[in-house]
Amino acid sequence: MRNTPRIKIITLLMLSLGAIPLIADSIDEPFYTVLFSRMLILSIGAVSLNLILGFGGMVSFGHAVYLGIGSYVVGIGTFHAFEDGVEWMGNGFIHILVAIAVSALAGLIIGAISLRTHGVYFIMITLAFAQMFYFIAVGTEKYGGDDGLSLYMRSDFAGLLDLSNDNSLYYLNFAFLLTSLYLSHRLTNSRFGMAIRGTKSNEERMKSIGFPVFRYRLVAFVIAGIICGIAGVLSANQTDFVNPSVMHWTRSGDLIIMIVLGGIGTLFGPVIGAVAFLLLEELLSGITEYWQLIFGPMLLLIVIFARGGIDGMLVALDRWWLRYSVKKNVEDN
Amino acid sequence: MNWILLLEQTLNGFQLGILLFLLAAGLTLIFGIMDLINLAHGSLYMMGAYFAATFTQWTDSFILGALLALPACMLFGIILEKIALRTLYTRSHLDQVLATFGLILFLNEFVRLIWGPIGLDIPLPQMLSGSVELFFGIHYPAFRLVIIAVGILVAFLLYLLVSKTKVGMLIRAGASNRQMVSALGININLLYTVVFGLGAVLAGLAGLMAGPIMTVEIGMGEGILIITFVVIVIGGVGSIRGAFVAALIVGFIDTVGRSFLPDILGIFVSNDIADTAAPAISSMLIYILMALILAIKPQGLFPPKGA
Repeated sequence: MRNTPRIKIITLLMLSLGAIPLIADSIDEPFYTVLFSRMLILSIGAVSLNLILGFGGMVSFGHAVYLGIGSYVVGIGTFHAFEDGVEWMGNGFIHILVAIAVSALAGLIIGAISLRTHGVYFIMITLAFAQMFYFIAVGTEKYGGDDGLSLYMRSDFAGLLDLSNDNSLYYLNFAFLLTSLYLSHRLTNSRFGMAIRGTKSNEERMKSIGFPVFRYRLVAFVIAGIICGIAGVLSANQTDFVNPSVMHWTRSGDLIIMIVLGGIGTLFGPVIGAVAFLLLEELLSGITEYWQLIFGPMLLLIVIFARGGIDGMLVALDRWWLRYSVKKNVEDN
Repeated sequence: MNWILLLEQTLNGFQLGILLFLLAAGLTLIFGIMDLINLAHGSLYMMGAYFAATFTQWTDSFILGALLALPACMLFGIILEKIALRTLYTRSHLDQVLATFGLILFLNEFVRLIWGPIGLDIPLPQMLSGSVELFFGIHYPAFRLVIIAVGILVAFLLYLLVSKTKVGMLIRAGASNRQMVSALGININLLYTVVFGLGAVLAGLAGLMAGPIMTVEIGMGEGILIITFVVIVIGGVGSIRGAFVAALIVGFIDTVGRSFLPDILGIFVSNDIADTAAPAISSMLIYILMALILAIKPQGLFPPKGA
């Protein structure tokens, strides 16, 4: 691997993400730990969506469903642990396992129906199913309905990890992000991942050389759902609050924006995008209350003009750097 | 079971179906002809309601306000098409989704800036605000009947326009083969603008008729847009006839399901469980219907010919 500016910048980004709590503590601004913690969680969500959207070409507009599922698993679990004293329901390992199981089941059902269709149908159907889950949460009065649930405690990791400390939670998020990046890397470069990427560029060809395209896609769809479900578990712990808006359809849109902003179908693109998205939101909403008046058209311009996202710009920077260093070498000799 | 309530709810469902049809007809045409998935179609619905609210205030008459709001919507839609959407026709669906998502953010904030964050009410004139006595002494709000009547009229006009006129012929031709239409010397860009303007007027009409029943507020078009997607998926993308049938089915099932599901569930399980589960289950009904129809006919009920 060559030591290009792009690799340096991405390495720097990941290292600084790892150092955020230390920096925030040293300047006594714990707010930044919380802000970047949110970035990490949304990065995990975006990385998982990128698996199917970026590499597989499946434009799912309902990926926030799994954030909701993971969140509600924690919300409902701690609710019963607190109200009814059912201790095991507050256990973090159980939260993660249940979130995995429920996300996988939801992904299996949504995927089995929506993957039968293509293109614009797929977009509309995933959106519609996400809305269905949203309304189920709104209609479930026992767990707060529209208002949601406040968490009186965070997931309990049996003394291994104390999540009431924001820094511990931050590093748990960071560990999960690194794991999901590693998984994403391994998966997309495996035979399975190659098949998925193949279906993106030419589905008919993959079918005719004998790949069960539907089954491959469904498995990828479920894996993406599972990873995002775990992000949901982390998200509920981060906000100490669960309500239907975690899976509002605009959340799914946000995840897509992060991927495209950062660089679609690249390993680190979703992370770059999530960080850039939340920084932009912070920055613009600091300037004006009507920040979406700027952000909306910006999106339009990014779509029209900057198709590779930020990672694409870094690639362009690399190309320029390469030309520059070659030229310099020639001149020096 | 309460028959009067059932009849009332059937009419309500019919009226929701009409609103859904007005939105779905435009959206499905825009998709069928320009191959554009326009998330901001719900924003046109919202603009229709806001325009009507403002014009009603200026003119002191809902009828005048509505008549002024329609051309305003068309103009707004055409400007939107010319500035922002035109570049998206050749792009991937992902690009279209993102760009029109950005448009929604912009338009919501734009409305907040101009009309403020608080919802508006559209006052109805005396003759529309009362209720009409139907048969068997059933009273039903006059304005909802007007919505149903207007919707059926528009559906009929749309049918005439699409199947009997030159423009309609071009629209049908554009839906089945765009390149061929432009190769035959038709100004396809003009056709796009006409279709988009038509879609904007239909969406605006739905919005301004929904305004007096619900509140006119920011984001009012988003929830109904997603139900419209369900309608289009059930009816078959690009098919106006499919949109009409599916809109009525979805409107009926959603409305009637919400009011009768607790009773129906109560037959099978205890009333307590029925009362807690019903709200969640009734909101699932239309999506379950969509899943069932897709399982049987993945192209929807009325897939357009040649697609």
